[in-house]
Amino acid sequence: MWSLKRSQCRTGRPQGYPVVENRIVAPGFTRLTLLAPAIVQKAVPGQFVMLYPPPNRQQQLPRPLSIFKVDHKRGELTLFFQVRGEGTGIFADAEAGSTIKLLGPLGTGFPALPENSLLVAGGVGIAPLVFLAAAAAKPCSMIYAACTAAQLVCPAADLKISGITVLETTEDGSRGEKGTATNLLSRLLSADADRYGAIFSCGPRPMLKAVANLGRLKGLPTWISLEERMACGIGACLGCAVATREGYRRVCYDGPVFPAEVVIFFD
Amino acid sequence: MTKPDLQVNLGGLWLSTPILAASGPIGNSQQYRERFSTRALGAIIVKGVSLEPWPGNPPPRLAETASGVLNAIGLQNPGLKHFLEQDLPQLTSAGPRIIVNIVGRTVEEYAQVAAGLTGAGGVDGIEINISCPNIKAGGIAFGTDPDQTYQVVKAVRRQTSLPLLVKLSPNVADVTVLAKAAEAAGADALSLINTIAGMLIDIETRRPLLGNTFGGLSGRAILPVALKMVWQTAEAVKIPLLGMGGISSARDALQFIMAGARAVAVGTALFYNHELPDEIYRGLADYMVEHNVAALGDLEGIAHKGDDYYE
Repeated sequence: MWSLKRSQCRTGRPQGYPVVENRIVAPGFTRLTLLAPAIVQKAVPGQFVMLYPPPNRQQQLPRPLSIFKVDHKRGELTLFFQVRGEGTGIFADAEAGSTIKLLGPLGTGFPALPENSLLVAGGVGIAPLVFLAAAAAKPCSMIYAACTAAQLVCPAADLKISGITVLETTEDGSRGEKGTATNLLSRLLSADADRYGAIFSCGPRPMLKAVANLGRLKGLPTWISLEERMACGIGACLGCAVATREGYRRVCYDGPVFPAEVVIFFD
Repeated sequence: MTKPDLQVNLGGLWLSTPILAASGPIGNSQQYRERFSTRALGAIIVKGVSLEPWPGNPPPRLAETASGVLNAIGLQNPGLKHFLEQDLPQLTSAGPRIIVNIVGRTVEEYAQVAAGLTGAGGVDGIEINISCPNIKAGGIAFGTDPDQTYQVVKAVRRQTSLPLLVKLSPNVADVTVLAKAAEAAGADALSLINTIAGMLIDIETRRPLLGNTFGGLSGRAILPVALKMVWQTAEAVKIPLLGMGGISSARDALQFIMAGARAVAVGTALFYNHELPDEIYRGLADYMVEHNVAALGDLEGIAHKGDDYYE
């Protein structure tokens, strides 16, 4: 049975936090750091924050973004995200010194990470897994997959995490091994499934579906972090539903991290 | 001048302020309790409650549009029994009055939910939802045909002495026909408008974006449409109106009151402005002081003066 009570906490009201640094790391990919000690203090891997656009824009709904890194000493919160539309574009354009209104940390994050776990990241889905790996600091392997090298853009410095071995793979072979995340995962598991503790994954739905299937076949606990369009971010509006074996659940509150076996994938 | 009087009587329901939280965005309001001050709210309208649990629509359920939000949640809710046992006891300790939005697939279901809520302590009013555009059976079916509107309101009226609001749909040729049917069946007040039916297409998947194909549009984009319908309805019925549709400031709220609303509700804007009820409260009070208005009721429908069709 899966527990919904992993890591929710009181988050109070949205507040403005100053932008420390905002860097375009590649076309369409942004690394945004804010001074947000109140959020950093409480955040656990897998949780997210809501970012509120400034008033009087055509886009007003807050955007949910996974927490990528936390620096407890400096109180800094870093997000790594892909610009998907006008809403995320607003935050990609935010300048250092400006203020962004945030609410968080929100949602139910990852459970404790066992040694020798496999982290499977598809594209920008690497964001919550970097936080997970850094917080756990245990020997683990991380598959980092994308279609092409141009999308494998997570800064190398952010991937230097104690105990973590990063295995890159691209579908066109432009960097790392040629193939998909699940090709590589499947090969690792076929060689010796018993040596791995669990699977943690975030990325596009088709990839998560394949990862969930592999985890089930090999009998490994598998946790996936889902993405959905949200409005409230706090479990009230029921806008971010995901179909599970126990009915619709809220990605923002019951998730975004779910045990893979409860999620129903349609396609 | 003395402190402006913002109390209103909405169809027998006395409210400390004319600002309500509309049914939907804030759910049953529990999650928002720590996130905004309910001090400025006269009442909270709890998200639709049905007799049995309803599962809701397949995702995706919402998307943002230009100054608006398109949603098709599908009235997901845990049902009357769960609401009475789990949710209501926690809501009644909050300050604002509690109005419960009710939904059903049949006239009998609406009546049973109304009866269940009336027997329970802590419910201050009922809002009949006959206008949700996202439910094929029930919901809007009752809101587009004046005979069915009459039947469902009449059946609920027989079950309850609580103040009874009827929430009207904008997705009709003439909203005043439905308004008159609801009034004739015994409604104490009318809420308008619900969301405007719409859709979006995802050009990558080449499929409708929402899991339900169609959804309802809310937010600032719909304000002029809502205001016109409040205006028209104010000229057609005698019972008070609760105006809503894209309100995101005190200026917006004042327009609805001047169009003929007794009170106003905010919905979509609460997603991004948790201070909005307080801002509207202050804005209304300031306007009244500046313009020497003693009671908010003095502004109700004032924009109709000189209009040929206003009595």
